[in-house]
Amino acid sequence: MIPLSWYLIFAAALFCIGLFGVLSRRNAVAILMGVELMLNAVNVNLLAFWRYLTFEKMAGQVFAVIVFAVAASEVAVGLALVISVYRRRQSIVADDINLLKY
Amino acid sequence: MSPLQVIFILVSAITLGAALMVVTTRNMVRAALWLVLTLFGVAILFVLLEAGFFAVAQVIIYIGAIAILMIFAIMLTRRIAHDPGPQINATWPIAAVIALVVFGLIVFFVQGWGKAASQPAPFPAGFDPLRELGVALVSANQYLIPFEIASILLLAALIGAIVIAWDKK
Repeated sequence: MIPLSWYLIFAAALFCIGLFGVLSRRNAVAILMGVELMLNAVNVNLLAFWRYLTFEKMAGQVFAVIVFAVAASEVAVGLALVISVYRRRQSIVADDINLLKY
Repeated sequence: MSPLQVIFILVSAITLGAALMVVTTRNMVRAALWLVLTLFGVAILFVLLEAGFFAVAQVIIYIGAIAILMIFAIMLTRRIAHDPGPQINATWPIAAVIALVVFGLIVFFVQGWGKAASQPAPFPAGFDPLRELGVALVSANQYLIPFEIASILLLAALIGAIVIAWDKK
Protein backbone atom coordinates (compact mmCIF):
# COMPACT_ATOMS: atom_id res chain seq x y z
CA MET A 1 0.00 0.00 0.00
CA ILE A 2 0.98 3.62 -0.39
CA PRO A 3 2.43 5.21 2.75
CA LEU A 4 0.97 8.52 3.93
CA SER A 5 4.26 10.36 3.38
CA TRP A 6 4.03 9.87 -0.42
CA TYR A 7 0.83 11.87 -0.52
CA LEU A 8 2.27 14.54 1.76
CA ILE A 9 5.41 14.93 -0.38
CA PHE A 10 3.34 15.00 -3.58
CA ALA A 11 1.12 17.71 -2.08
CA ALA A 12 4.18 19.67 -0.92
CA ALA A 13 5.64 19.56 -4.45
CA LEU A 14 2.34 20.65 -6.01
CA PHE A 15 2.01 23.45 -3.44
CA CYS A 16 5.54 24.71 -4.12
CA ILE A 17 5.02 24.66 -7.89
CA GLY A 18 1.87 26.74 -7.37
CA LEU A 19 3.77 29.06 -5.02
CA PHE A 20 6.46 29.54 -7.68
CA GLY A 21 3.77 30.35 -10.24
CA VAL A 22 2.12 32.91 -7.95
CA LEU A 23 5.43 34.61 -7.18
CA SER A 24 6.95 34.58 -10.67
CA ARG A 25 4.13 34.98 -13.22
CA ARG A 26 3.32 38.41 -14.69
CA ASN A 27 -0.13 37.60 -16.06
CA ALA A 28 -2.90 37.92 -13.46
CA VAL A 29 -4.81 34.89 -14.81
CA ALA A 30 -1.63 32.80 -14.49
CA ILE A 31 -1.31 33.94 -10.87
CA LEU A 32 -4.86 32.67 -10.26
CA MET A 33 -3.86 29.33 -11.82
CA GLY A 34 -1.01 29.10 -9.31
CA VAL A 35 -3.47 29.70 -6.48
CA GLU A 36 -5.65 26.89 -7.85
CA LEU A 37 -2.65 24.52 -7.78
CA MET A 38 -1.98 25.46 -4.15
CA LEU A 39 -5.62 24.85 -3.16
CA ASN A 40 -5.52 21.46 -4.88
CA ALA A 41 -2.43 20.51 -2.91
CA VAL A 42 -4.28 21.44 0.29
CA ASN A 43 -7.20 19.23 -0.74
CA VAL A 44 -4.89 16.25 -1.38
CA ASN A 45 -3.44 16.75 2.10
CA LEU A 46 -6.84 17.03 3.77
CA LEU A 47 -8.17 13.88 2.12
CA ALA A 48 -4.96 11.93 2.78
CA PHE A 49 -5.08 12.79 6.48
CA TRP A 50 -8.78 11.90 6.54
CA ARG A 51 -8.20 8.49 4.93
CA TYR A 52 -5.06 7.52 6.85
CA LEU A 53 -5.62 8.90 10.34
CA THR A 54 -9.27 9.68 11.15
CA PHE A 55 -11.56 8.18 8.53
CA GLU A 56 -14.36 7.62 11.07
CA LYS A 57 -14.64 11.39 11.62
CA MET A 58 -15.76 13.42 8.64
CA ALA A 59 -13.87 16.63 9.48
CA GLY A 60 -11.29 16.20 6.70
CA GLN A 61 -13.91 15.66 4.01
CA VAL A 62 -16.08 18.54 5.26
CA PHE A 63 -13.06 20.84 5.20
CA ALA A 64 -12.30 19.72 1.63
CA VAL A 65 -15.89 20.59 0.63
CA ILE A 66 -15.38 24.07 2.08
CA VAL A 67 -12.06 24.43 0.23
CA PHE A 68 -13.96 23.64 -3.00
CA ALA A 69 -16.49 26.39 -2.24
CA VAL A 70 -13.74 28.87 -1.38
CA ALA A 71 -11.82 28.01 -4.57
CA ALA A 72 -14.93 28.57 -6.69
CA SER A 73 -15.68 31.95 -5.09
CA GLU A 74 -12.02 32.99 -5.27
CA VAL A 75 -11.79 32.28 -8.97
CA ALA A 76 -15.14 33.99 -9.72
CA VAL A 77 -14.16 37.21 -7.94
CA GLY A 78 -10.57 37.05 -9.23
CA LEU A 79 -11.57 36.68 -12.87
CA ALA A 80 -14.21 39.42 -12.52
CA LEU A 81 -11.45 41.71 -11.21
CA VAL A 82 -9.16 40.71 -14.08
CA ILE A 83 -11.83 41.50 -16.67
CA SER A 84 -12.70 44.80 -14.98
CA VAL A 85 -9.01 45.84 -14.86
CA TYR A 86 -8.50 44.81 -18.47
CA ARG A 87 -11.45 46.97 -19.53
CA ARG A 88 -10.02 50.06 -17.85
CA ARG A 89 -6.27 49.68 -18.47
CA GLN A 90 -6.03 47.30 -21.48
CA SER A 91 -3.54 45.19 -19.50
CA ILE A 92 -3.59 42.37 -16.96
CA VAL A 93 0.13 42.34 -16.24
CA ALA A 94 0.40 42.48 -12.45
CA ASP A 95 3.31 44.97 -12.58
CA ASP A 96 1.17 47.51 -14.46
CA ILE A 97 -1.64 47.44 -11.89
CA ASN A 98 0.07 49.71 -9.39
CA LEU A 99 -2.49 52.43 -8.67
CA LEU A 100 -2.70 51.48 -4.99
CA LYS A 101 1.07 51.48 -4.57
CA TYR A 102 1.59 55.20 -3.98
CA MET B 1 6.32 -2.63 -5.52
CA SER B 2 2.58 -3.09 -5.59
CA PRO B 3 0.44 -2.07 -8.60
CA LEU B 4 -1.12 0.74 -6.54
CA GLN B 5 2.30 2.23 -5.88
CA VAL B 6 3.17 2.08 -9.58
CA ILE B 7 -0.10 3.84 -10.42
CA PHE B 8 0.57 6.46 -7.76
CA ILE B 9 4.09 7.19 -9.05
CA LEU B 10 2.95 7.42 -12.67
CA VAL B 11 -0.01 9.67 -11.88
CA SER B 12 1.94 11.95 -9.57
CA ALA B 13 4.81 12.28 -12.07
CA ILE B 14 2.37 13.26 -14.84
CA THR B 15 0.54 15.65 -12.51
CA LEU B 16 3.68 17.39 -11.31
CA GLY B 17 5.03 17.66 -14.86
CA ALA B 18 1.77 19.21 -16.02
CA ALA B 19 1.83 21.59 -13.03
CA LEU B 20 5.35 22.67 -14.00
CA MET B 21 4.11 23.37 -17.52
CA VAL B 22 1.23 25.44 -16.06
CA VAL B 23 3.65 27.79 -14.33
CA THR B 24 6.30 27.94 -17.09
CA THR B 25 4.63 27.76 -20.50
CA ARG B 26 4.38 31.03 -22.41
CA ASN B 27 1.04 30.61 -24.15
CA MET B 28 -1.80 31.19 -21.67
CA VAL B 29 -4.31 28.95 -23.46
CA ARG B 30 -1.82 26.09 -23.32
CA ALA B 31 -1.22 26.81 -19.63
CA ALA B 32 -4.97 26.47 -19.03
CA LEU B 33 -5.01 23.10 -20.85
CA TRP B 34 -2.04 21.87 -18.78
CA LEU B 35 -4.02 22.98 -15.72
CA VAL B 36 -6.88 20.70 -16.85
CA LEU B 37 -4.42 17.76 -17.02
CA THR B 38 -3.10 18.59 -13.52
CA LEU B 39 -6.63 18.66 -12.12
CA PHE B 40 -7.38 15.28 -13.73
CA GLY B 41 -4.28 13.83 -12.08
CA VAL B 42 -5.40 15.12 -8.68
CA ALA B 43 -8.84 13.59 -9.31
CA ILE B 44 -7.16 10.19 -9.89
CA LEU B 45 -5.32 10.60 -6.58
CA PHE B 46 -8.69 11.25 -4.90
CA VAL B 47 -9.86 7.91 -6.31
CA LEU B 48 -6.74 6.24 -4.85
CA LEU B 49 -7.67 7.83 -1.50
CA GLU B 50 -11.13 6.19 -1.71
CA ALA B 51 -12.82 9.59 -1.87
CA GLY B 52 -14.81 8.98 -5.04
CA PHE B 53 -17.20 11.85 -4.39
CA PHE B 54 -14.30 14.30 -4.44
CA ALA B 55 -12.94 12.85 -7.68
CA VAL B 56 -16.32 13.49 -9.32
CA ALA B 57 -16.62 16.93 -7.73
CA GLN B 58 -13.07 17.72 -8.88
CA VAL B 59 -13.96 16.91 -12.49
CA ILE B 60 -17.25 18.82 -12.38
CA ILE B 61 -16.22 21.89 -10.35
CA TYR B 62 -12.53 22.35 -11.13
CA ILE B 63 -12.38 21.14 -14.72
CA GLY B 64 -15.96 21.82 -15.76
CA ALA B 65 -16.31 25.23 -14.14
CA ILE B 66 -13.06 26.76 -12.92
CA ALA B 67 -10.76 25.77 -15.80
CA ILE B 68 -13.39 26.71 -18.39
CA LEU B 69 -13.91 30.06 -16.63
CA MET B 70 -10.15 30.65 -16.84
CA ILE B 71 -10.12 29.85 -20.56
CA PHE B 72 -12.97 32.35 -21.01
CA ALA B 73 -11.05 35.00 -19.08
CA ILE B 74 -7.96 34.36 -21.25
CA MET B 75 -10.03 34.73 -24.40
CA LEU B 76 -11.69 37.93 -23.13
CA THR B 77 -8.24 39.43 -22.49
CA ARG B 78 -7.05 38.21 -25.83
CA ARG B 79 -4.17 40.52 -26.66
CA ILE B 80 -2.36 39.28 -23.54
CA ALA B 81 -2.51 35.64 -24.65
CA HIS B 82 0.00 36.38 -27.41
CA ASP B 83 2.07 38.85 -25.42
CA PRO B 84 5.55 38.76 -26.98
CA GLY B 85 7.25 40.03 -23.81
CA PRO B 86 8.52 37.80 -21.00
CA GLN B 87 5.77 35.90 -19.16
CA ILE B 88 7.82 35.69 -16.01
CA ASN B 89 9.16 38.26 -13.53
CA ALA B 90 12.73 39.49 -13.45
CA THR B 91 12.81 38.25 -9.84
CA TRP B 92 11.88 34.66 -10.68
CA PRO B 93 15.10 33.13 -9.19
CA ILE B 94 14.05 34.45 -5.77
CA ALA B 95 10.63 32.85 -6.25
CA ALA B 96 12.30 29.55 -7.20
CA VAL B 97 14.51 29.67 -4.11
CA ILE B 98 11.52 30.40 -1.84
CA ALA B 99 9.54 27.51 -3.37
CA LEU B 100 12.48 25.09 -3.04
CA VAL B 101 13.13 26.12 0.59
CA VAL B 102 9.46 25.61 1.50
CA PHE B 103 9.49 22.22 -0.24
CA GLY B 104 12.68 21.18 1.55
CA LEU B 105 11.29 22.21 4.94
CA ILE B 106 8.04 20.28 4.39
CA VAL B 107 9.91 17.14 3.26
CA PHE B 108 12.26 17.44 6.24
CA PHE B 109 9.39 17.62 8.74
CA VAL B 110 7.38 14.87 7.02
CA GLN B 111 10.40 12.53 7.15
CA GLY B 112 10.87 13.17 10.86
CA TRP B 113 7.21 12.66 11.72
CA GLY B 114 6.29 9.40 13.45
CA LYS B 115 3.06 8.74 11.53
CA ALA B 116 4.52 9.39 8.07
CA ALA B 117 4.69 5.69 7.17
CA SER B 118 1.20 4.81 8.43
CA GLN B 119 -1.07 2.69 6.26
CA PRO B 120 -4.82 3.17 5.79
CA ALA B 121 -7.08 0.93 7.86
CA PRO B 122 -9.78 -0.76 5.76
CA PHE B 123 -13.29 0.64 6.14
CA PRO B 124 -15.46 -1.39 8.57
CA ALA B 125 -18.35 -3.31 7.01
CA GLY B 126 -21.33 -1.08 6.20
CA PHE B 127 -19.31 2.13 6.42
CA ASP B 128 -20.22 4.44 3.54
CA PRO B 129 -18.08 7.62 3.48
CA LEU B 130 -20.44 9.47 1.14
CA ARG B 131 -23.43 8.80 3.39
CA GLU B 132 -21.44 9.85 6.46
CA LEU B 133 -20.40 13.05 4.69
CA GLY B 134 -23.98 13.86 3.74
CA VAL B 135 -25.17 13.32 7.31
CA ALA B 136 -22.28 15.35 8.72
CA LEU B 137 -23.05 18.32 6.46
CA VAL B 138 -26.68 18.65 7.56
CA SER B 139 -26.52 17.64 11.24
CA ALA B 140 -26.95 20.61 13.54
CA ASN B 141 -24.46 19.16 16.04
CA GLN B 142 -21.82 18.51 13.34
CA TYR B 143 -21.06 20.80 10.40
CA LEU B 144 -24.35 22.48 9.50
CA ILE B 145 -23.18 26.01 10.39
CA PRO B 146 -19.87 25.88 8.44
CA PHE B 147 -21.72 24.41 5.47
CA GLU B 148 -24.29 27.23 5.48
CA ILE B 149 -21.56 29.85 5.92
CA ALA B 150 -19.74 28.37 2.92
CA SER B 151 -22.90 28.62 0.82
CA ILE B 152 -23.44 32.25 1.88
CA LEU B 153 -19.79 32.97 0.99
CA LEU B 154 -20.33 31.45 -2.45
CA LEU B 155 -23.51 33.50 -3.00
CA ALA B 156 -21.84 36.71 -1.87
CA ALA B 157 -18.79 36.03 -4.07
CA LEU B 158 -20.93 35.37 -7.14
CA ILE B 159 -23.00 38.55 -6.61
CA GLY B 160 -19.75 40.45 -6.03
CA ALA B 161 -18.28 39.01 -9.25
CA ILE B 162 -21.32 40.19 -11.23
CA VAL B 163 -21.12 43.68 -9.70
CA ILE B 164 -17.36 43.97 -10.34
CA ALA B 165 -17.51 42.77 -13.92
CA TRP B 166 -20.61 44.85 -14.76
CA ASP B 167 -19.98 47.17 -17.69
CA LYS B 168 -21.53 50.46 -16.52
CA LYS B 169 -21.33 52.20 -19.92
